[in-house]
Formats: sequence, C-alpha cells, structure tokens
Amino acid sequence: MRPILMKGHERPLTFLKYNRDGDLLFSCAKDHNPTVWFADNGERLGTYRGHNGAVWCCDVSRDSARLITGSADQTAKLWNVQTGQQLFTFNFDSPARAVDFSVGDRLAVITTDPFMELSSAIHVKRIANDPADQVGESALILKGPQGRINRAVWGPLNRTIISAGEDAVIRIWDSETGKLLKENDKEVGHKKTITSLAKSVDGSHFLTGSLDKSAKLWDIRTLTLIKTYVTERPVNAVALSPLLDHVVLGGGQDASAVTTTDHRAGKFEAKFYDKVLQEEIGGVKGHFGPINALAFNPDGKSFSSGGEDGYVRLHHFDSDYFNIKI
Amino acid sequence: MGDVMVLNDIEATAARIGIDLSQLDLDSIRLPPGENFGIISDDEDIYQEENSELDSGFGNIIVVDNLPVVPKEKYEKLENVIRKIYSQIGLIKDDGFWMPLDPETQKTLGYCFIEYNTPQEAELAKEKTHGYKLDRSHIFAVNMFDDFDRFMKVPDQWAPPESNPYKPGENLQQWLTDEKARDQLVIRAGSDTEVLWNDARHLKPEPVYKRAFWTESFVQWSPLGTYLATIHRQGAAVWGGASTFNRLMRYAHPQVRLIDFSPGEKYLVTYSSHEPSNPRDANRVVINIFDVRTGKVMRDFKGTPDDFAIGGTGGVAGVSWPVFKWAGGKDDKYFARMGKNVISVYETETFSLVDKKSMKVENVMDFSWSPTDPILALFVPELGGGNQPARVSLVQIPNKEELRQKNLFSVSDCKMYWQSNGEYLAVKVDRYTKTKKSTYTGFELFRIKERDIPIEVLELENKNDKIIAFAWEPKGHRFAVIHCDNTSSNNNPRPDVSFYSMRSGHNTGRVSKLTTLKGKQANALFWSPSGRFIILAGLKGFNGQLEFYNVDELETMATAEHFMATDIEWDPTGRYVATAVTSVHEMENGFNIWSFNGKLLYRILKDHFFQFLWRPRPPSFLTPEKEEEIAKNLKKYSKKYEAEDQDVSMFLSEQDREKRRMLKEEWEKWVAEWKRLHEEDKLERQKLREGEVSDEEEEYEAKDIEVEEILDVSEEVVSFED
Repeated sequence: MRPILMKGHERPLTFLKYNRDGDLLFSCAKDHNPTVWFADNGERLGTYRGHNGAVWCCDVSRDSARLITGSADQTAKLWNVQTGQQLFTFNFDSPARAVDFSVGDRLAVITTDPFMELSSAIHVKRIANDPADQVGESALILKGPQGRINRAVWGPLNRTIISAGEDAVIRIWDSETGKLLKENDKEVGHKKTITSLAKSVDGSHFLTGSLDKSAKLWDIRTLTLIKTYVTERPVNAVALSPLLDHVVLGGGQDASAVTTTDHRAGKFEAKFYDKVLQEEIGGVKGHFGPINALAFNPDGKSFSSGGEDGYVRLHHFDSDYFNIKI
Repeated sequence: MGDVMVLNDIEATAARIGIDLSQLDLDSIRLPPGENFGIISDDEDIYQEENSELDSGFGNIIVVDNLPVVPKEKYEKLENVIRKIYSQIGLIKDDGFWMPLDPETQKTLGYCFIEYNTPQEAELAKEKTHGYKLDRSHIFAVNMFDDFDRFMKVPDQWAPPESNPYKPGENLQQWLTDEKARDQLVIRAGSDTEVLWNDARHLKPEPVYKRAFWTESFVQWSPLGTYLATIHRQGAAVWGGASTFNRLMRYAHPQVRLIDFSPGEKYLVTYSSHEPSNPRDANRVVINIFDVRTGKVMRDFKGTPDDFAIGGTGGVAGVSWPVFKWAGGKDDKYFARMGKNVISVYETETFSLVDKKSMKVENVMDFSWSPTDPILALFVPELGGGNQPARVSLVQIPNKEELRQKNLFSVSDCKMYWQSNGEYLAVKVDRYTKTKKSTYTGFELFRIKERDIPIEVLELENKNDKIIAFAWEPKGHRFAVIHCDNTSSNNNPRPDVSFYSMRSGHNTGRVSKLTTLKGKQANALFWSPSGRFIILAGLKGFNGQLEFYNVDELETMATAEHFMATDIEWDPTGRYVATAVTSVHEMENGFNIWSFNGKLLYRILKDHFFQFLWRPRPPSFLTPEKEEEIAKNLKKYSKKYEAEDQDVSMFLSEQDREKRRMLKEEWEKWVAEWKRLHEEDKLERQKLREGEVSDEEEEYEAKDIEVEEILDVSEEVVSFED
C-alpha cells in the first residue's frame, strides 16, 4: 500500500514509539514538539509543548496515560497523554538522551550525555502514581561508560538495565545495586558507536544497530550474541517485527555527505532481514535522508520510519508481505 | 605497539595532532632500531642488507685519486679547485672535504675524500668525474669509499665459481590445471592483498592466498600470468608457484615507482625518480631492465625526466609510462623508445641499439608496435605550417624498411589502434575543418597482412560526430565506435554506438557498417577477449550503466547497472566480467561478478578497495583447426560439464537446506528457552504491574460481530401487468 506521509515536524526525526494498543504513534524530532498521531490513518492528534531543545526519545506507559520525553534542554518531562498537560519536569545538568518505563511503569530510566566536565550517566527515577507526589530525586545513578549512552532499557523483571552507546559496548547493570554485571564479548561485538537498541515484545532478546554497518541480536539475560545482520550503510535505527521473524534496519550515509552524492548512493532504505536466516528480504525506499527512527505497530501489520528529511512515513503492509518465502 | 593501524586511523591521528600527511616525506622518518610498530618484517635479509649499509654510513663518500701532489702552501688553491668541481654535482657536507698530508714531506698524497649529503650524489659524482682530466698528467680516478673495502677483500687467487646443483623448479603454471577450469584474480583492499578463485558455480570466490602488507603500492600480474609482482621501497619482487605464492625473485631498485613486463615476460622494466638534493636540479630518473628469471640487470638508463619524456615537439612534461615499448610476440626481441626526433630501437641479445644507431624521424609524435610482428607504426605531425603533410608510416624492424606510408593533410591529431592479431591498424585522424575552428574525425584502416597493405578511409555518416571511444574486437575483424554529435547543443548526453566489419558480405576487402545503436548511455567499450560479446559501459558521468551486447546476433542480451562502477575487466576466457568500484569513491567499494550475458552472479563488498586484476592466461596451444573442431562438437564436450554443473547445484541446494534447517532449529531452541523463562517470571511480572494479568498482551483476539437492525418495514402491492 502507498505509505502515508506525515509532515508535522520541521526538523529531523529522532524517535518513534507506538502505544501498546497500537492506535497511537508518538514521534520525537529535533524541533521541540513531540507529536502524537493516529497510527491508522496518520492524522495528527496533537503536540506536547514545553521542551526547549531537540527531543531525543520518549516512552509511553502501558495504559497510554503517561508519556515521558528526554530532551537536549537538559530535562525529561512527564506528560498527560490525553490532555497534553505537563505533569512533571526532571532537571539535569546535561542533555537527556534516552528514556524507558519499567514493567509496571513505576520506574523510569533516563540517560544523560557527557557535557562540559560531566560524564554520561544513567539515572533511575521513581514514578509516582499521583503526579502530585512526584519527586525529582534519582533512586540510583550509574556512571562509567565513556562517551554518550545512546540507549538504556530495562531488563526482565526490572532487575537489570541494559545500556549501549558511543563506546560500542553493551553493558548490563544491576538496577538495585548499580553494579556492572556484564559487558558484551569484544571479539564479536560492534566496532563503532551503537546508535539504537530495540527489545523484542516479550523482552527476551534485543537488537542493536551500529555505525559499523551491522545490527546484532542478543539474548537479554546472558548477553550472548545470537545473530548478526550486515548491511552497506551505517545503521541508525532498528526494529523487530512482533508478528513475523523479521527485523528492519534503517540508516544511510552520514547526513553531512548527503548533498554531495546521488540519492541512490545514500541507500536511505528501511531494509528487512529474516531474523533467523540473517538474509535480506527486501527494502522500503522513500526517504531522501538517512532514517533515524523505526517502529513496528504492536500488531505487526504496519510500521513507520522517521528520517533526517523531517518526514514520518507510515507503511501498512500489503497482504503479500505476510506470505514471503525465502 | 598493539594493533596495526589502518590508513584511515592514521589519517585521523594525523589530523588530530595537526600533521599534513601530504606534506610528509615518509622516507625522511627514521624509526628507532628494532622498532617495527608490530608489523613483522618477512624480509629479514633485506632488512639486514639495508642495515649494514646504514652501519658503515660511508655510502656518501667518494675517494678522488690522481690529484697533483702539492706542498702545503698550495694546499688551499688545490682545495678550491677540487671543491669547485665537486660542488657543482651536489652539496659537499661541512667538513666533508679531507685531503691528507704526508707527515714527513708535508705534501699532499695525491688523493682526497669528499662527503656528500646523499649516496645518490656521491654516485653521480663518481659517474661524472671518473676520468676527468685536470691536466694531461692528472686524470681523476674516482671510487666509492665503500668499494675500497670490497675490492680489498677480493682474493688474489682466482677460484672457479661454485656451480649450484640443478634444482627442478616448481610448476609455475599449476593454476592453469585447475580441475574446475576456474580463473584466479587478485584484489587489494585496505592493507590486505588476496588471491582468489572465481568460483562462479558456487557463486562466491574461494580464497587461495592472503597476505597483509604484501606490497607497498600496487600489484601487477605478468602478461602471461606466471608471476605476481609486488612493489617495495627496496625494489620489486615476483611471486608464484605451484600451490601457494612463494617469492621467486627480487629486483633491487630503490624507490621503484613503476614496472612493466615484456610481453613474453622475459624482462622486467623498473622505473624510479629521485628528488635532487639541490632543488634547482631536475629529478633523476633511473630505469633498469632485469631478466625476470635470473634477476640480473640487463641494462640501465639514467638521466633527467626530459630524456625520457615522450612527444617530440609537444614537450610533454613528465614521463609517460611505459617509456620502453616492447615489440609484440612472445620472443621479446625488440624494444623501443622515442626521443627528440629519433626512435631508438634496441634488441635484447646485446641490449644495444639495432644497427648501433637510433632511427632519425624528424618530429615524431607517437609510435606503437604491432602486437604480433616487429612492425612499428609512426606518426609525424604536419610541419612548416602545412607545407609538409603529416604522415603515418609502418616500418619493419630490424631492417628499418618503410613498408607503407600515408600522407595526411590538415591534421590536428592521430591515434593508432592495433587489432590484437596485428591484422589491422586503425588510425583515428582528427582534421581541421576549412575554417580551422573545429575538427572532424575519420579513420584510416590499414590491412597489414594483405599484399601492399591497402588503406581504406572510413568516415562516419555524420561528419561532425566526435569519437568518444574505439575498440577492435580481439582476434576479430570488427570494431566498435562510440560517437556523438558535438555540434548539437552542449554535448549530447546520449551518444550512438556503431559496429563495423572489415569484411562485407561478398567482398572481404571492404569495410562495412553492421549497425548503429542510437542514444546509448555509454562512454567506454569492453570487448570480450574471445570476441563476439561487448559491454557498452557508462562509467563516471553515467554512474555505471552496463549493456551486454551480442555482435553476432546484433542484439542486446541484458542491461544492468553497477552503481558508480569505476573499472570493468573481462576474465581471460571471456566467460565472466568483473565490475568494480575502487576507492576513488568513498562508498560502495567492492566488486561484482557477472556472467558474459549480463547475469549478476555475486557481489563482494570491501572497504578501501584499490585493485582488481584477473590473472592472465597464456595463449592457447591449440591450433585454429583443433579449436574449430571443438567448437563444432561442443555438444559432446559440454555434456560432461553440464552433468558436473547439475551435481554442484544439487549439492548446493542440499547444503543450503541443511544450513537453514540448522539455523531454524537453533532458533527454536532459543525461543523455547525464552518461553520457559517468560512463564517463570509471569507471577513476578503480575506483581510489578499491581495484579494486572499482564501476559494477555499477546493473546487478544479480534472478533467480527454482525449486528442486524430493522430500520423500517413497509408493505406495497405490486400488480402484474399483462
């Protein structure tokens, strides 16, 4: 089916997120306004106004009541999804990069960038049931990795936190004590900055994408490398199909070099791979800049991509997609 | 020192610490002794050789003998005279002059030592002033200081040299006996050089040999594929062998830049250019000709680049390679070079000029050998403002007899193209139009093998067409031309391609046009080495358009694209074609292998891809009759191979299925394990979610519900009409 082009952002997209029911799509961009869309027809529902910098990441609670966003304005904010009202602001001393709600939505993990003399950090915040009781103190602060931490997510039963970033190492931390539990095997790991990380639906495994032009699938408990998907371009975004054994990689050549080459050279494609066989199935073209964000609808029947070009493209799969044989 | 740095790391580091790599003279860097930056030298002996030279450190000192013996009072005067002579050649070091005195007589001893900054200068000084006549009784005898040492060691008694017992060599042509009749290729990517089999049946290359830092600049196959040459700072080396790549011979030539094999691969020509220590001087060019098998220098040439610059009156700066062009054929009998108003032809028996003198040809601009016979084609441009016409002539070697000559008028330029069997020569002639404002192009076609060498003139139908490319069919009688109308507005982006044959249907002595293909995206032609098929390629501006064309049937077999392709090379048998994107582009580096009819077989991506070369094959020993017989009975021969092909594809698909099954099984295991753990965690997860039955997330189902609602009921009487 023809993709639905959603033009609501004025700057490059940074992140996309569906709610659990799959009827809403949240998008973040370098303009300051996270936006919510109807996931079915791409109609814009509204924006969340209040940030004063690029918004890097968001997460939505299981009941679709709360939205958390992390921004370069050195804050992370809690929002009422329905009214767009700001509920709470977490203030930091450096830009907030990644946010993720825990199982049960009572905790959130927020990463902050290295800034001036400050090193990067992972903060764990308690999320109060009633926004009036919300406090800004961190329950736990983790430090150690060099460079930016591009993504941090919760492990099974909120017992661990998985982080990945510029130093190309994936780390598992104990979310209670803050102890570093595991680092991935350097031999098989990524060679360059890890740009993205996506968990499977059941949270049993996750996929990382890196500028080393590959994506890797890991077991979330043992941090064993299960699969590697090799592509021709740096990978900026990854997504796992909840329905079929497919993974999608998005990326493209560095935005700074885009203008100097033919658009075909950039390969701004969302590439589908068979998750098990690691073979390429196909690609979805359309963006005219690198793809920065990818997300699958929880029903697995549509996905959306967000590009450096400022567009969100919403793709509903044709029926042939569900019968691909390789 | 840990890991070996790759080039881009080096660049990054250089940028960080503010060093401009292009300004950096790598040769000026001296590593501390024993430091190898983790790159283990496989060349211990070379390493030591070099070291010993460094140790003595006297390579830049010369000894001048036969000086006048003078008393102390005249010492200064003599010193000034000698200094004057020797400082012309190079810079004498401070304290670099020493003329010892006899302690008894207080007179000089008749010799002195001079130290230069570089060994090259010392070498040059020795060369230039040995035998210099200061006056009648004082003729300089100049030697390198290091040589004294060597000469002193010569034993007084002559001992017969030991002859080494004969050792049977390896079969250097082993690769030709490959059971699957595959071809080899060499690639260079990053710091690795790799030799691979092109295993087209398995749709992948099969590694043969791989080595990091095998060469310092490039690699090159010898023309018959026996050797692979590598370039190093100390010289060139050739590699080969039956099972792997062993070093067969080394050719010492410091700072060698370019190499060239003779067509029968008996000789190797190496070239280097050295910066003078005095910036006013011209570079020094050294060319050595080695015997490939013995490694002996057969002849060396030294001089300034001007001495080797090609192009009589043109005065092209720099040297165009190869300086020496070899006569065709496998016997490597003659080679030639062009100088100002002369062509020097050498023969390889004595490595001296044929008839002891060069051939005088006023203003010769260009020359080329027939690929098979000792025939030279020369081009001399117009002289005296058109009073003396330009000419192209064919000269037989060694008797220097002019076989054929053709005068041409109002010529601006000529280019010569030989057909690979030496049967035809096409000369592309650019002529001025009457107004002299523009040029148009025609061809002079020589039939070398026919009596009296008839010449035919061919002009394109549209005389204004500009020629973009020309190519003979190898071993054939056809040629292809890419041409486009350059009078139409700003360079027609879609030129035409025409095919001609040197025979027409009923008359073998006439050239005829076969067809013209209009509006192709092509700017380069690549004939299959066995003829018949050609690739019309659009490189550079056309981004790698490929059209596979069958000239026998005059039909396009396939069109394809290898985006950004920079290089196209047929394998020596004409079965496969490689297209490559080398590191002139930043991205897409790697190569594709196609079948002759344009089917993409496989694709290999390599970052920093520099070189792709098929290993050439020597010409077949089969007689033309035998070849024809095989072609006739192709069905009989092909049966065997077809069966083999089938076996391979069966095996492959079997292997493939097996692999997939394994992967699936492995995956199932993971999934089962995850399911189990997920189930185990179920209760805890519920607790975290405050009692909500959490796992139904995967289990909701959609129901179609049909609702019927009666909106209105009305009755109506319908009457039948009869």
